Amino acid sequence: MIKPILTVKNLTKRYGEHTVFENINLTVNEGDTIVIIGPSGTGKSTFLRCLNLLTKPNGGQIWLDDQEITAKDVDEDQVRQHIGMVFQNFLLFNHLTALENVKLGLIHVKHMSKEAAEAKAREELARVGLAEQADHYPGQLSGGQQQRVGIARALAMDPRIMLFDEPTSALDPELIGEVLEVMRKLSFEGMTMIVVTHEMGFAREVADRIVFMEKGQIVEEGTPDQLFYHPQHERTREFLWKITELYGKKEKEA
Amino acid sequence: MEWFQLLQRFFGDFMQGAGVTLELTAVGLLIGFVLGLALALAKTFGAPGVSKFATGYIELFRGTPLLVQLFLIYYGLPSLGLTLSQTLSAYLALGLNSAAYQAEYLRGAIQAIGDAQMMAGRSIGLSRWQTIRLVILPQALRLALPAWSNEPISLLKTTAVVFLIAVQDLMAKAKRAATTTYNPIGSYIAVAVIYLVMVFILDALLKWLERKTKIPGLETDTNPA
Repeated sequence: MIKPILTVKNLTKRYGEHTVFENINLTVNEGDTIVIIGPSGTGKSTFLRCLNLLTKPNGGQIWLDDQEITAKDVDEDQVRQHIGMVFQNFLLFNHLTALENVKLGLIHVKHMSKEAAEAKAREELARVGLAEQADHYPGQLSGGQQQRVGIARALAMDPRIMLFDEPTSALDPELIGEVLEVMRKLSFEGMTMIVVTHEMGFAREVADRIVFMEKGQIVEEGTPDQLFYHPQHERTREFLWKITELYGKKEKEA
Repeated sequence: MEWFQLLQRFFGDFMQGAGVTLELTAVGLLIGFVLGLALALAKTFGAPGVSKFATGYIELFRGTPLLVQLFLIYYGLPSLGLTLSQTLSAYLALGLNSAAYQAEYLRGAIQAIGDAQMMAGRSIGLSRWQTIRLVILPQALRLALPAWSNEPISLLKTTAVVFLIAVQDLMAKAKRAATTTYNPIGSYIAVAVIYLVMVFILDALLKWLERKTKIPGLETDTNPA
């Protein structure tokens, strides 16, 4: 039976007069990989941040499994540990080694023993291919490695769902592959994920559904085939054409 | 060798005074650090009222002479029914004053680390306070260290004003030597050298602390990754 993990109803975010997005509805089922695409400044990142309550939405509801996390009496810290987040600029804890980055939440949020946390953290680093770099500080790692530590840090909390906010946008082209590879693996292992990205190759290959967002609205959503080959809206077609051309160029250069 | 004789005669006295000066510096620095950190956190993360109070405090203590603050505490508080000893008044005035300066050094660093790391900490389920304690402060304190290092050195020299309420610090000893020997130049040069030596040692200690706490890649510039 298909089971929704995350349900978003009429979610709205405004800053004063400015509406970032309005009445967004989205259902994410267990094991789904949803890719959100769209022009810059259309509220994709803000939308992701609302999903784990890092930004407070002004209206609408979000359910994680059967719990409404937008309800008033919800313990946000409790909710957030079940929603992993990976940031565009990695945002590793720069004073801690890769291992300590992953361990921190295990010790202070999950209250695991030092030994158990250490073992689990090493396991998660190995999972993203960084067992060797456990004792490196973020400043000693490449961007791609830093981002993989970021993924391991989020995964260590055993989240129900992972949110990726343009995880490869800050990376040099030759480092993008290693991060996408980890994400691809996660998706195939059945992790539920929402990914905001401009990597169309990844979207086409991995996404169960692609959501095209523009000007604070979901313009269209569907399978990669539907969106790439039979877009219902002119805007979707235009956007995909432009970005695919860009992506194609990047591939040629690389 | 008049100067050498003076130094010989007052050496014990000067050392005693230097000890008091170091005590004043240490206590003032400690009070100032604890209070300054609280002010910096209040200003950055506090509710609007709390943040305003911190700003007001910082401006008040940076905007008025330390000597006025010292006299208000030592001569003024007794009329409100609170009489403090000379030493206690000196500790308090130096601490309250230093807090304002330290708050500014720390606030700059906390804000530079601030929002992004807060978001990262909260994203794995750490509470706000946990994130401040485990993520933001360890980075902010390191970031602040080079600039903050001015404060202990500046404070060490500033303590000299407390001789005006008859605390027997190095400056008070210098004045005594000057008046008993009628040799102000010799006396004040002698203590100037002692101050200088203390500053050198303190400076070396701070440099050592900076090296000791350094983390690869966590640089003192404020550029985010």
